[in-house]
Amino acid sequence: MQSIIKAAWMVGATLPVAAQAADLEVTHWWTSGGEAAAVAEFAGAFDERTEDTWVDGAIAGGGSTARPIMISRITGGDPMGATQFNHGRQAEELVEAGLMRDVTEVAEAEGWRDVIAAPSLLESCTLDGEIYCVPINIHSWQWLWLSNKAFEDAGVAVPTNWDEFVAAGPALREAGKVPLAVGGQPWQNAGLFNVLLNALGGRDMTMRVYDDKDAEYAAGPEVAEIFAAVADARELSQGTNVQDWNEATNMVITDQAGGQIMGDWAQGEFQMAGEVAGEDYSCLPGLGVNEIISTDGDAFYFPMLDDEAESAAQEELASILFDREVQIAFNLKKGSLPIRKDVDLDAANDCMKKGLAILEAGGTVTSVNQLVSPDTNTQIETLFSEFFADTSMTPEMAQERFADIIADAY
Amino acid sequence: MPSVTDTPSGPRTRTARPSQLFRNLNAKLASIPMILTAMGVFVGGTIWTVVYSFTDSKLLPRERWIGFDQYERLWGTNRWLISIENLLIYGSLSLIFSLVIGFLLAALLDQKIRFEDAFRTIFLYPFALSFIVTGLVWQWLLNPDFGVQSVIRALGWESFDFDPLYNPQIVIYGVLIAGLWQGTGLIMCLMLAGLRGIDEDIWKASRIDGIPMWKTYLFIVIPMMRPVFVTTLVLITSGIVKLYDLIVAQTGGGPGIASEVPAKYVYDLMFQAQNLGQGFAASTMMLLTVAIILIPWAYLEFGGKRRG
Repeated sequence: MQSIIKAAWMVGATLPVAAQAADLEVTHWWTSGGEAAAVAEFAGAFDERTEDTWVDGAIAGGGSTARPIMISRITGGDPMGATQFNHGRQAEELVEAGLMRDVTEVAEAEGWRDVIAAPSLLESCTLDGEIYCVPINIHSWQWLWLSNKAFEDAGVAVPTNWDEFVAAGPALREAGKVPLAVGGQPWQNAGLFNVLLNALGGRDMTMRVYDDKDAEYAAGPEVAEIFAAVADARELSQGTNVQDWNEATNMVITDQAGGQIMGDWAQGEFQMAGEVAGEDYSCLPGLGVNEIISTDGDAFYFPMLDDEAESAAQEELASILFDREVQIAFNLKKGSLPIRKDVDLDAANDCMKKGLAILEAGGTVTSVNQLVSPDTNTQIETLFSEFFADTSMTPEMAQERFADIIADAY
Repeated sequence: MPSVTDTPSGPRTRTARPSQLFRNLNAKLASIPMILTAMGVFVGGTIWTVVYSFTDSKLLPRERWIGFDQYERLWGTNRWLISIENLLIYGSLSLIFSLVIGFLLAALLDQKIRFEDAFRTIFLYPFALSFIVTGLVWQWLLNPDFGVQSVIRALGWESFDFDPLYNPQIVIYGVLIAGLWQGTGLIMCLMLAGLRGIDEDIWKASRIDGIPMWKTYLFIVIPMMRPVFVTTLVLITSGIVKLYDLIVAQTGGGPGIASEVPAKYVYDLMFQAQNLGQGFAASTMMLLTVAIILIPWAYLEFGGKRRG
């Protein structure tokens, strides 16, 4: 009798750990070819190494479409197992409201702090000493992607910095090409401005505008030069009739456009198209002016769940996302840099190696998403969306309104 | 029912008047859940929204009162002003054209033509499509590289220029075309039903009096169709105020912010910018606009009858 009870107790004790497999729904907005291939690496590793199943909840339409859906599901009481957000303050209030699970135990057991590539990544996951998200990659915005063939057709040398690129504009136009491909979505317009600010103005200017929120400085002559450069970019972008960033990248891949300012996620598209860095396309980190990259990127958050099996699966997923091999496999497909410094990316191509070298040399700048609230970000996006669509808006007008936004920024 | 049998004679009915409350008791009991839902969800939700528009709520609502700051910011925002302007243009033109085109189509169909059923189906068909589909269809039709412009240029008119969706000045008219294409079919059907309700004798009488057809329509038939016009008016205006999905599908608010509308501002501010307070302030302004139009109308429509 006793032995039966004992046996039953033992079975009962082992059951929750071994047998209760959970389905974990993971939401994200990775839908372009390169992105989908990368996220499949996570799903594969999770299905293979654990009893649990990855239920893919991809939301099409980009982050600005997906985030409201994710947030309303979490606040509305229908949380998913895990969800993507960008590094920064997008999920700040959800964490403060206690809607997210902290993964501090996993992080401490595996010593995340010792191997993280840039400390700011874990810092933006941390609230009151607890870690609430897993950073999974480092993306940087500050890249100019160039089609070598387009410049060959136009009869000019492939530029090595922003000024040469602007100078090559007329030649590209004559060859029937759009010099600079810029997608019509607001985040792309604002992102382009921020890149020009980072690369042409440098780290100090970025921090003074976005961290100190110095409105007077933002209205001043130094920042005015950046606005003049944005006006150049607007001029060069005339004739791009596409919306999505990957459609604009495709213009560069198919040599219809000279170049595109876009984050290193564009790399995945070049790779999918079978193009070779250095031969078919070139990349200029920091626009070839300032060797500086931002620590943007993605992180996974784990909403609080009632189900124990699912909660256990969340911790398993957290561990897998941070795993060394999974990090390499994922980031090679995604074209982003791994968040661990103890990995060698031998398989990385020229452009990624350039990025890694800058990261190693400490040439990083905090991303705008980490410095200002989503509200301020949306205002900036609206401003530049208007600026790019309305050629009658002068850079001076734009700068004045930008300074107003910075004055109210938080 | 019982109240009717309880009051057998005339004089007693007058004394039993207060029991009016219990007349049709079953029907009143049955409508209580709906009344509660309406009060709770619509009125309660509305009041809650208005109250929280005076706070600085960000992603989650919180009670930190800041007075009219959200409204000050709202009316100082270019995007909101453009949204209002677009809604005015779209609203007034869509109202006029829906009624005019709808009535004209109905009047033409009413001429006892052949294949009336087929035409009616064709005109009504777009209404079966959602605004998202409508928006996407017209996005392609108005795309300069694939749509109307390229077709006409291919026919030989090389200088033909028609790309409303890429021109900030006229983009709202591009949206209007799609909205009318989708909506006028229904208006036509309602109008046709109204025209069929007009007694044949009226037409005969006006013909005997030698009144021209257009005059009969304008001065006799249309005034008689007043209830139909009220119905269509309500349908069209409610469609105007909630204009959102068509914009999202067709232009995404672009180029730039040239085709933004208030409903989209509310959504973007609440969920994308994570600024609930600002979104609430904008939706309160939308409610106020509707109320300004609706209250005088309701007063004329219902208040007038009671007096008469």
